Amino acid sequence: MCDQTFVAATFGPCESCDKASPLMNIYIKTEAINYCSFCVEKMACQGLQAGESLASLKRESESLKKKLDEERNKLNDVELNKVAEKVEVLSALAIKTRRVLKGHNNKVLNMDWCKDKRRMVSSSQEHGVSLPCTWVMACAYAPSGCAVACGGLDNRCSVFPLSMDPNENLAAKRKAVAMHTNYVSGCTFTNSDMQLLTSSGDGTCALWDVESGQLLQSFHGHTADVLSLDLAPSETGNTFVSGGCDKKANVWDMRSGQNIQSFESHQSDINCVKYYPSGDAFASASDDGTCRFYDLRADREVAVYEKDSVIFGASSVDFSLSGRLLFAGYNDYTINVWDVLKGSRVAALFGHENRISRVRVSPDGTALCSASWDNTLRVWA
Amino acid sequence: MAEGSKKRAEVIDPDEDSPNMIVYRKIEDIVTRIQDEKAGGVAIRTVKSFLSKIPSVASGADIVQWLMKNLSIEDPAEAIHLGSLIAAHGYIFPIYDHVLMLKDDGTLYRFQSPYFWPSNCWEPENTDYAIYLCKRTMQNKARLELADYEAENLARLQRAFARKWEFIFMQAEAQVKIDRKKDKAERKILDSQERAFWDVHRPVPGCVNTTEMDIRKCRREKNPHRVKKSVYGLPDDNHSQPNPIHMSSQPARKPTKEDVQKEITFLNIQLDRHCLKVSKVADSLMGYTEQFMDYDPFVSPTEPSNPWVSDDSSFWDLEASRDPSQQRVKKWGFSLEEALKDTAGREQFLRFLESEFSSENLRFWLAVQDLKRRPLQEVASRAQEIWQEFLAEGAPSSINLDSHSYERTSHNLKDPGRYSFEDAQEHIFTLMKSDSYARFLRSNVYQDLLFARKKGKSLTGKRLTGLMQSS
Repeated sequence: MCDQTFVAATFGPCESCDKASPLMNIYIKTEAINYCSFCVEKMACQGLQAGESLASLKRESESLKKKLDEERNKLNDVELNKVAEKVEVLSALAIKTRRVLKGHNNKVLNMDWCKDKRRMVSSSQEHGVSLPCTWVMACAYAPSGCAVACGGLDNRCSVFPLSMDPNENLAAKRKAVAMHTNYVSGCTFTNSDMQLLTSSGDGTCALWDVESGQLLQSFHGHTADVLSLDLAPSETGNTFVSGGCDKKANVWDMRSGQNIQSFESHQSDINCVKYYPSGDAFASASDDGTCRFYDLRADREVAVYEKDSVIFGASSVDFSLSGRLLFAGYNDYTINVWDVLKGSRVAALFGHENRISRVRVSPDGTALCSASWDNTLRVWA
Repeated sequence: MAEGSKKRAEVIDPDEDSPNMIVYRKIEDIVTRIQDEKAGGVAIRTVKSFLSKIPSVASGADIVQWLMKNLSIEDPAEAIHLGSLIAAHGYIFPIYDHVLMLKDDGTLYRFQSPYFWPSNCWEPENTDYAIYLCKRTMQNKARLELADYEAENLARLQRAFARKWEFIFMQAEAQVKIDRKKDKAERKILDSQERAFWDVHRPVPGCVNTTEMDIRKCRREKNPHRVKKSVYGLPDDNHSQPNPIHMSSQPARKPTKEDVQKEITFLNIQLDRHCLKVSKVADSLMGYTEQFMDYDPFVSPTEPSNPWVSDDSSFWDLEASRDPSQQRVKKWGFSLEEALKDTAGREQFLRFLESEFSSENLRFWLAVQDLKRRPLQEVASRAQEIWQEFLAEGAPSSINLDSHSYERTSHNLKDPGRYSFEDAQEHIFTLMKSDSYARFLRSNVYQDLLFARKKGKSLTGKRLTGLMQSS
C-alpha cells in the first residue's frame, strides 16, 4: 500500500497513534478500524513481516532437508541386498498352520505372547476383557505374566490382573491407566509391570506409571494418528519407535520425550513398526503395500520388501529370532515371509479368510501367531 | 530390494491417498490393462451358449494366465488368490454365480463398469437394495430369479419398510420401464454388473464383506461425512441414519512458526549426527544374523524338536531347567548383554564375580535396572537406598566411579528419579564388559559349562565307565 490520496470520511484522533488526522475507515475481518494512513501502512508492513518470517523459515527448513539428504546419500555406498549376495541362500521353509484358535465371535484385532512362550492374549472387535466399547485395538501381556493391558475406542488403556479362578470378576479389578483424547492404537509394558507405553489416534505416545495412573512422559511430533509402537530390545535401552498415518516412523528417547530420529519414505500410513533383534534397525508395514527396513546407524532406509503381485496394504510385521526372516501380514489375507538381507520373498502363508491384523513371533522364536478379521488366530511353525 | 517392480509414478493426489484408494487405484490399473486386448490383455468375446449369446466375457483361465504373466507370479495359486480378491472387491465377476471368486478354468467372467467401482465411495442404502430386489421379481426372466438368501432379504426388507413399500414398488416399476428401453445385449451386461455391485455391498452369507473398513482409517475417507448417493437416483431422504461412529476428525493444522522452528532445530541435530556407511551397517546386520541363525527355530532345526510341530514339549522343559545347554551357554559369550539377558547367565556371572569379591558392580547394575521398573512412588526412596549401598561415603558395596560421573550422580540425587543413575550405570557396564566379563569367559567355570565338562557327563568319562563295565 502506498501513500495514495484518499477521500477522508472522518477526521479525528487515530485509534493507533492518537494524532488528529484524516482517518481511513477500514474493516479488518469484521472489526471497524479508524487509523491514520501512516498507521495503516505500518500495520500492513508488520503483517508482511510476520508472513515473511514464516516463509523464510520454511525456506531454511527446505534447504536443510536438501543438505541432509545429500549428506546421507554420500554414505549410501552400496545396497544391502547386494552385500548380502554372498550370504547363503535359505533352504525352503516348511511352515504350516499348527493350531487354529477359534474363541472370538468377531474380528481379532490384536494379540500378544506371554513371556512363558505358550500363552497369548488377544483382543477383538467385540469384547476383549469386558470393556465397555466395541473395538479393542491394543493389548499386551505384562512381563510377569500376571496382568494384561488393553484399550481402544474408549480412549483409555486399562490393566487387568489375571487369575486362574474362572469365577473371579476381573472387570471389577480393572485399573484405568492411560487416558488419551482419541483411540488407543497400541500399548506395551516397558520391561516391568509398572510402566505402560501407549500410542494413540490423538497423534501422541505416552508413558504411564501403572500404579498411580500418572503420566510420566508424553511424546509429541507425529502430525497424524500414531498406529503402532515398539520398544527397543536392549536391556539398557531407553528408546522406542512409533509409526503413524503421517507416513513417518519416529525414534524417541523415553527419558526426555525427545524425537531422536525420523524416517519418511512410505507412501501411505505406517500400520506397524518392529525392531530388528539387535536394536540397530527396525521394519515397518504400510498401506502402500510395502514393508521397509531402516538402519538407525546409517539413518536411512536400507531395504524395501515389495512385489508387483502384492498390492494390498501390510498391517503387521515381526522378525524371527535371528532377524533373518521378516513375517508380514497383509490385507489380502496372506502372510509373506521375506529374507531380510536379500530382500526376496521366501514363503507365502495362506489360510486366513480375511485380513491379517497382527503377526507376532513367540518369545523363544519357535512359532508365529497371526490374528485375523476371520475371527481366528493361527499358530504357524 | 524390489522384485521385478517398475517405478511407479510418485505423484499422489492428496485426495486420493487414503489407504483404500491406493489399493483401488492399483486394482483399477490392473483391470484396465487386462481389458486392453491390443496391449496383451485377455480375449473378451461374445460366447454362444445354447440358444443365446453371452456378450463381453473372458475365461477365468485366461485371467489367471494374464495375472501370472504380467505381475510376475510363479504360483497359479497365488494368481487365483489375487484374482479372487479383485473379484471380491467387485472389479470382475462370474456371470453365473453370486460368490465373487476367480476359478482357473473355463468359468466366464465379466468386468465391472467404472460407474460401480468401489472407488466411487458407494454406500448404498437398504431402500436402494429393496428397489433392486423388487424389480428383479417383476421381470419374468430365469436369470433374474432371486437366490434363497435374496428372497429372505427381500422378505425382511418388506417388513422393515412396510409403510413405504408402495413408494419402493413404484420406484422398482420405474426402473423396470427404463431397463426395458435398452438393447438386449446391453441389458444382459448391465443387469450382471448391477448384480455384481450388490454382491459386494450385500454379500452372500458366509462371504467376506470387503466394504468393511478399518475403523482407525474411517474418518479420512474421501467421503467422510458419508454423503449417500442413491444408486437409483432417489433424493436423500432425511430419515437416513446418522453415522454412528462419531470420531472427531483432526483438522489439518497448518504448520506454525514454532513448528517450523522445531523442525529446523531437529534437522540441525540430524546434520551433526555421525552416521555409518551402508556397507558397514550391512556387514554388522549380516554378522548379527549369522551369529544367531543357529538359535532361530525357523531357520535351524531345534534340538529337541519344536514343540509346536511335534507336540513334544521337551524343548521347553530343557529351557526352563537349571542346567543350561551348551548352545545356550555359547550365547553368553556373544556379548555381556546376552549373558545378562539369560537368568542362568546372570546367575553364573554373579557367582563368578562373588568368587572374585567384585560383585558390587553387577549388583549395582541390577539394582539400577530394578529402580527403573518400580512404581513412581517408590522411586525416590529406592534411589536413596542405592546411593547409600553403593556410592555414599563408607558404602558397604562401594563401586568405583570416575569423579565426573560421581559428581553428576550426586547432583541427580538431589531430585531423585528413575534415571538418576544412568551415567553411573553406563560407566559400570563398560567397566564390566572390558574387565570382569572378559575374565568370566576365560574362567574355568564358564569353560566347563561351555564344553559340558561336568563329572561323568563328558564323552571320555562315559567311555571309561563303559570300558570298566565291560572288562
